[in-house]
Amino acid sequence: MSVYAILFDQTLCVGCRACEEACQQENHQPPHQAEGLDAESLTWVEDLGDENYARHLCMHCENPTCASVCPVAALQKSPLGPVTWSAERCIGCRYCMLACPFHVPRYQWNSPNPELRKCQMCAHRLAQGRPTACAEACPTGATTFGRRRTLLREGRNRIESDPETYLETIYGRQEAGGTSVLMLLGRTCGTAHLPANVPPYDLPRLTWGVLEKLPLIIPVWGVFLGGVYWLTQRREAVARAEGAEKGEQQ
Amino acid sequence: MSRRLGFWTGFFVLLMMLFSIVIVRRFTGGLGAVSNLNDEMPWGLWIGFDLLSGVALAAGGFTITAIVYLLHLERYRPIVRPALLTAFLGYLMVIAALLVDLGRPWNIWHPLIFWNPHSVMFEVGWCVMLYTTVLFLEFLPLVFERFRIHRALLFWSRYLTPPLVIAGVLLSTLHQSSLGTLYVIVPEKLHPLWYSPILPLLFFVSAIALGLAMTNVESFLSLRAFGKRLEPEILRGLGRATAVTLLLYLTLRFEDLYVRGVLGQAFVLDTASIFFLLEVGLGAILPMAMLFTRQVRRRPLALLGAQLLVVLGLIFQRMNVAVTAFQLGTGASYTPDWQEFVVSIGLVAIGFAAFALAVRLLPVFPEGPVRHPEPTDPFSALAP
Repeated sequence: MSVYAILFDQTLCVGCRACEEACQQENHQPPHQAEGLDAESLTWVEDLGDENYARHLCMHCENPTCASVCPVAALQKSPLGPVTWSAERCIGCRYCMLACPFHVPRYQWNSPNPELRKCQMCAHRLAQGRPTACAEACPTGATTFGRRRTLLREGRNRIESDPETYLETIYGRQEAGGTSVLMLLGRTCGTAHLPANVPPYDLPRLTWGVLEKLPLIIPVWGVFLGGVYWLTQRREAVARAEGAEKGEQQ
Repeated sequence: MSRRLGFWTGFFVLLMMLFSIVIVRRFTGGLGAVSNLNDEMPWGLWIGFDLLSGVALAAGGFTITAIVYLLHLERYRPIVRPALLTAFLGYLMVIAALLVDLGRPWNIWHPLIFWNPHSVMFEVGWCVMLYTTVLFLEFLPLVFERFRIHRALLFWSRYLTPPLVIAGVLLSTLHQSSLGTLYVIVPEKLHPLWYSPILPLLFFVSAIALGLAMTNVESFLSLRAFGKRLEPEILRGLGRATAVTLLLYLTLRFEDLYVRGVLGQAFVLDTASIFFLLEVGLGAILPMAMLFTRQVRRRPLALLGAQLLVVLGLIFQRMNVAVTAFQLGTGASYTPDWQEFVVSIGLVAIGFAAFALAVRLLPVFPEGPVRHPEPTDPFSALAP
């Protein structure tokens, strides 16, 4: 389990967008109001109506699908928590975008030298022992930063002490095998655009189940093919030799 | 005749001009300037047709070499070289398509130094790289023969061809199936009629059928374009092999649907079901039934029709996985831009042109290089 996590409590969010602003500033982007995740908006405060809001950002999976599918390991999970992208390695195949169960990574479609854009969980700040910019900026405590273990306990406490307000499960505790972004969702807060059909296990195990068998299949298949070659060739040689013998006898 | 050639040459030149314009736009304005790919639909026509279908269409290279060199079915030797040429050019076109589709194509060699053994794409990348090299080495004897380098030719056929063929079959088994494995990691994003844990097996078996069918179609086209006449029994044999492989594929396909409990969804006649029925009915069951029929196999044009259905049906299957099933599973919106079609059609045209050039320069056909290409009436030439 990674060390750090972000806890977002939907019931405490007032939609002030301080997190969006701090995120854009931290990532040297022009200030703007996000209208969904895109290459210039790594987090987005979704307005659900009736003063209800939801935050969207990379979930930083414990066992990230994107990092598993990347052919050049351009995406990597830090033991601290963040899943980060490396411009030096990326070949631009976009398999990470296809595979991400949370539909998060965004692409610079109109650039001849495109980058993959997604929240990096302020990896540079974490390395200095500082919290993420969004958590530091949040005035209401809706977004908090801390140790994942501590935040999971905190989340469970809040749900248990107020089961009428909160949905009973923490979004991100089990989704895709667990994530470093945890969300407490309110019962009456409307439906955020969070994927509801994310399998409760880590997805990389599906392809690894196939790939791990290859070292066993390759030698067996190779021996089989070589064997077929040798046997049919021998049969032919024998037939030819017998034909020659018959020819001599006649 | 010259008027017809003039039409096709004109078409080719026009297409290449359009192709060049689109390529320039692609590398100055990014993928967004020439495609309708978007954040919800990061893979489209190029992955579905040029990569998934392209690699499977080139499967004739490993199936025919396996039939002749591993099973020693000597009868099929005349089609080894055309099949190898098709495969080699096919893989070069796949790599060309990747250079267009990849966002940062100058990094295409990175899987050599940055390893991730957990990635299916990493494995596919290595296999395609190695297999293209193997195809090049398998193809070299034609060059030796052309320039009468007899010692190299002898050395190749005696010591190198068998291991190269085995390596080719091995590498093809791996990446033909792995193209299906690419989608095993998105169970929640593909429509259940196409998502399957045995996608790798389905892709591998159907690639064999597609390789055989494509070899048949390509023999017909060579016949038409270069006046080549083939032993009809070779094409009938390919037809029988395609039929059996299709039966195996369909058995696996329906078993899988039944085991996963989604067989019923195939017949509810919604969008997914209609696409599925078209794909499996017109693209697999019908041609299989045709190929199992002796009268069809004995009529060259009917045989060609059946094999064309197999080719189109399996391209449709790949496109359904890459586009239809993904859209139905995620709700993503995507219709290919016309410029995406220009790239795909342009690459196919370049492949055809390279094939036509190669058969004039190298002894691809048993009679040696084509000196005076005389397109003949395909109907009379095909008569048994």
